[in-house]
Amino acid sequence: MAIRMTAVLAASCLFLAGVPAHAAEKPTDPQIAHIAYTAGVIDIEAAKQALKKSNNKEIKAFAKDMERDHEAVNKQALALVKKLKVTPEDNPTSKALTKAAKAERAKLSKLHGAAFDKAYIANEVAYHKQVNGALNDVLIPSAHNPQLKDLLETGLKIFQGHEEHAEHVQSELK
Amino acid sequence: MSSRNSNRSARALFLWAIGLAAMLAFGTAAAPAHAKTITVTIQKLVFSPANIQAKAGDTIEWVNKDAFAHTATVKGGWDVMIPPEKSASLVLKKAGPVDYFCRFHPNMKGHVTVSP
Repeated sequence: MAIRMTAVLAASCLFLAGVPAHAAEKPTDPQIAHIAYTAGVIDIEAAKQALKKSNNKEIKAFAKDMERDHEAVNKQALALVKKLKVTPEDNPTSKALTKAAKAERAKLSKLHGAAFDKAYIANEVAYHKQVNGALNDVLIPSAHNPQLKDLLETGLKIFQGHEEHAEHVQSELK
Repeated sequence: MSSRNSNRSARALFLWAIGLAAMLAFGTAAAPAHAKTITVTIQKLVFSPANIQAKAGDTIEWVNKDAFAHTATVKGGWDVMIPPEKSASLVLKKAGPVDYFCRFHPNMKGHVTVSP
C-alpha cells in the first residue's frame, strides 16, 4: 500500500511540476536526462520479465519491440549526454519511478499465464501514458538544450507509438 | 582521290555515331517509362512524403534514417520490415488507394494511390 502511494505520488509530482505555480521546481537538464533514461531502463526490465514469463506470441513480440526501441533511445541519450558533457543527475522523480517499477515487477512476478499477460500489457498502456504525459507537460517544456529537447520529442513520438501498439495488443488479448 | 575517300569514310563514321547516340538515348529514355522508384524517407518517425502517387509496377523504396526499426504495413496486405538506418523496397502490383502504417509505431502513417 505504501509503495502504491509512492507510485501515485510520483505520478502526480511528474504532472504537478508542469503547473506554472511550480515553475521553480522545474527539473534541470541533467535531471531530465536521468528521468528519461530511467524511464527507458524500467521498460526494458519489464520487457525482459515478459520475455521470460510469457508464452503468448503477441506479448513476446511486443516485449521484444519495447526492449529494442528503448535500448536504441537510451543509446542515443547516452551518446548525447556524453557529447554535451552533461552528467545525468539522480533526483526524487527518478527514484520514485524506479521504486514504483520495482513494486510492479514484484506484483507481476507472482502472476502466470494469461493473468500475467493481461497485467503486463495493462501496465504497459498505463506506464507509457504516464511517461508521455510527463514528457509532454514537464520534461520537454523544461529542457534547455535544443538537442536534448529534440531527442525527447523523438522519444515522445516513439512512446506514443508504443502506447497505441500496447492498446492494440491489449484489445487483441480479450 | 585519297582525300575524297577519307571524306566519305569520315561521313560514314559520323552517321554511324549519330545512329548509336540515338539508340542509346532512346534506350535509356525508354526504361523509366516502364517503372520508376519512388523514395519515401523515414526520419523522426515520419514517412515523407506521407502521400504518394504511383503506377502499378512502380517500386517504393523506404529509406530509414532513424535508429529504430520500422515497418510499412497494410492491414491484410504487405508487411515490409525496414531495419534501422537501412532501406527496404516493394513493387506495387495492384491498383487502388492504400493506407499503410508502422506496426511498431502505429502513429506513423502513409498513403499510396496506385493507378493502373
